[in-house]
Amino acid sequence: MTRWVLRAVMAFGLFFIYAPLLLVLVNSFNGDRTFGWPPHDFTTQWWSAAWRNGGARDALWTSVKAGLGATAIALVLGTMVAFAVQRFKFFGRDTVSLLVVLPIALPGIVTGIALDSAWRSVVAPLGLGKGLFSVIVGHATFCVVTVYNNVLARLRRSGVNLEEASADLGASPAQTFRYITFPMLRSALLAGGLLAFALSFDEIIVTTFTAGPGIQTLPIWIFNNLFRPNQAPVVNVVAAVLIVLSVLPVWLAQRVAGPEAGASRT
Amino acid sequence: MDDDQGLGRRRWQLAALLSAPLLWLGVAYLGALAVLFLSAFWTVNGFTGEVVREFTLDNFRTIVTQEVYRNVTLRSLGVAIAVTVICVVLALPMAFYMAKVASPRTRHWLVIAILTPLWASYLVKAYAWRVLLANDGPLDSVIGTPGYGLFAVVIVLTYLWLPYMILPIYAGLERLPDSLLEASADLGGRAGRTFRGVVLPLLVPSIFAGSIFTFSLSLGDYITVQIVGGKTQMLGNVVYANVGAANNLPFAAAIACVPVVIMVIYLAAVRRSGALEEL
Repeated sequence: MTRWVLRAVMAFGLFFIYAPLLLVLVNSFNGDRTFGWPPHDFTTQWWSAAWRNGGARDALWTSVKAGLGATAIALVLGTMVAFAVQRFKFFGRDTVSLLVVLPIALPGIVTGIALDSAWRSVVAPLGLGKGLFSVIVGHATFCVVTVYNNVLARLRRSGVNLEEASADLGASPAQTFRYITFPMLRSALLAGGLLAFALSFDEIIVTTFTAGPGIQTLPIWIFNNLFRPNQAPVVNVVAAVLIVLSVLPVWLAQRVAGPEAGASRT
Repeated sequence: MDDDQGLGRRRWQLAALLSAPLLWLGVAYLGALAVLFLSAFWTVNGFTGEVVREFTLDNFRTIVTQEVYRNVTLRSLGVAIAVTVICVVLALPMAFYMAKVASPRTRHWLVIAILTPLWASYLVKAYAWRVLLANDGPLDSVIGTPGYGLFAVVIVLTYLWLPYMILPIYAGLERLPDSLLEASADLGGRAGRTFRGVVLPLLVPSIFAGSIFTFSLSLGDYITVQIVGGKTQMLGNVVYANVGAANNLPFAAAIACVPVVIMVIYLAAVRRSGALEEL
């Protein structure tokens, strides 16, 4: 009996999770401009309209650039903090880990306005106005945590024996890093970097406050066009593409590190 | 002598590793936050729109005494609590099915099925619900739609954060040995009693860990509220309106303190259960 109840709740839960996403996929072929339901005829014209849409393309490109920039910075900073916290003992170590988590623990709007007013009062007077770069800075701030968490967990598990052995056998620090430390960290860096990119690619609130005039990431583009009825079919296709793409990182994580990879998004 | 040199070198290494991240997060980010919260004690000149940098508690007085802001705070709290409770109610049986009932093969696929939507865009999901809940939309043609409003906000936020509740509970259940359940059954405990007496108490840290996500993410949200909330206002919307249209950054900062203070109290409260180690 209990088993059947559990099975029913599970089925309902999966339906609840997937039905809205399927709806977006189906609607991207809905012949009716206002998504009349159930759909009467099917068309691929929205897909070609979206493909030709310059605004969406530019926004996608901006998002990719912002994501890559933020991920690169997060990989460097996150790895540095993880090494410092795991391999050294120092005063305030716990505070450092808290500091890394803080940008993602606080509501996005708090981080957003804090960075915005800091940029306007400190950086802008130096002649560097808000633009794509300020978006990258904002995103990197909350992306550090994903790399940090993954690298820290890896360092904790693997210990220092191999590196010490390498040093004892006469390898220089650079060689030890090149042949021992880096290969050991590779999949953790990949997982952390993937999460960082996804987090940046999806971010809207911090972007709203850090983007310069004319800088539109894909989420900002979607949000700006969400309330325009005549843009609805194109927005819907973009949404459908993003849903299809979300399978990619899970597939990648499965290939690289087994089923438990990517279990923590933060 | 050699040790001294080693120690000195390690100090330099540590300084090299920490300087850039600390400059970024410790000085730039924390500094920006500090100035923001300091500005909550400033005001804006009504005529010129310039920020007046004199210490005053006016903003906080307004928030506490004016009914509008009290209601917005209570509404946001109510939504965050409702979302968290619904997530727990849905996530417990789902996670239990995944961890203890499903075969290992099915379990593998169920974990993937729960993980995958986490990678789909937040905005896309909120958008999907906007279409779903629309008048004459799919839901309307089947069972009728509640329309955009507070109820829709609760549904969509539950939808968005449900996986964040399922995953820690699932992880907690996986660590729970089957022998405990069998022992309880052998001693005559029925399913319900075993669940209340054995499973639930051991899951408390996991549930709290999940609730940190569902609670804090709901409390500060304003995008979903704009997309499916109709005229509903939550704390985030008031902050946003004061940064943008009203151009009153000090008041926005004061309002932004409200969810932060609530979260700090909440974190302090659940910390004792060991929830923070489950994150």
